[in-house]
Amino acid sequence: MVDVGITEAQRPATAADYLALLKPRVMSLVVFTGLVGYVAAPGPGDLVLGFAAILAIAVAAGASGALNMWFDADIDAIMTRTRLRPIPSGRVAREEALMLGLTLSALSVVTMQLAAGPLAAGLLAFTIFFYAVVYTMWLKRSTPQNIVIGGLAGALPPAIAWAAKTGAVSLDAWLLVAIIFVWTPPHFWALSLLQKDDYAAASVPMLPVTHGAKATRTHIFAYSLLLAPLGLAPAFTGLSGIVYTIVAALGGAFFLFLAWRVLSSRAGEGQASEDKHARALFGFSILYLFVLFAALLLERGLA
Amino acid sequence: MNETVILTPEERAARKRRNLWIGLSVGGFMLLVFFITMAKFKAGVP
Repeated sequence: MVDVGITEAQRPATAADYLALLKPRVMSLVVFTGLVGYVAAPGPGDLVLGFAAILAIAVAAGASGALNMWFDADIDAIMTRTRLRPIPSGRVAREEALMLGLTLSALSVVTMQLAAGPLAAGLLAFTIFFYAVVYTMWLKRSTPQNIVIGGLAGALPPAIAWAAKTGAVSLDAWLLVAIIFVWTPPHFWALSLLQKDDYAAASVPMLPVTHGAKATRTHIFAYSLLLAPLGLAPAFTGLSGIVYTIVAALGGAFFLFLAWRVLSSRAGEGQASEDKHARALFGFSILYLFVLFAALLLERGLA
Repeated sequence: MNETVILTPEERAARKRRNLWIGLSVGGFMLLVFFITMAKFKAGVP
């Protein structure tokens, strides 16, 4: 007989460890943007089917997170931000994360097919594939454009939810996708300016590592120049009303102002007094996207 | 040779908690499929 003892460092995994594999904070953002896509889409919708569709999107996001942690365990073990995750800390085996990710992927796509049909289910399956295979396994380790292209996976939930409600994806849905897609680079690059050394140690080719802080600051500003007017686009297609327009105009202008401050600073060059500009933009970028979509949710929900 | 793994009380309790969550998740999924089916029937979709 074999007595399997445990040390403090290898305490048995709890449900919370498996939940952590699903990246709950990312899930909450995806649920929110998916919910806005569902509410903004035309038609009455169905409470149960809508709930099932949003749940499927949330579970798919969680599955993608688990697959990402399975594949990136080596990187996560090096980076300060991720080294306490369940796999690098030894509480969950890599194979368990893989099986959890695959199982939840299948369950989420099947649920979406049952609740909403083939278009939404197909888009959901594509999103999981894009995040787990295209982004995690390929782009992340091979190009500084990793988060630009990979950002598509995080941008698609409003279109999936739109498809779940209407059976099609209209221009307005793609506009919501485009806003998140263009928002992602300045958001992540602001963070990567602050964690440049971590990414370098893990050999992840983030833009500040491969092209330096100055090029990253320029890229952040360029994408912010695109984002500010793009955020206003739903006002011109009739998707949004006056509340959204005001929020998008003010928020976009402030986003640009913060990006300009980053551009004219030396953020990412190791000085805390300069890094604060990147930190401010990173924090505001989250608020910007949240308030923008909340305004749309409010207007379309009340309409 | 017939080897058997002896779990500590802590490991046994952790396994029980994990099994409970798996059971609840499977039950929740079954309920979800049931309600989706009912909603589809109500909407007249075969």
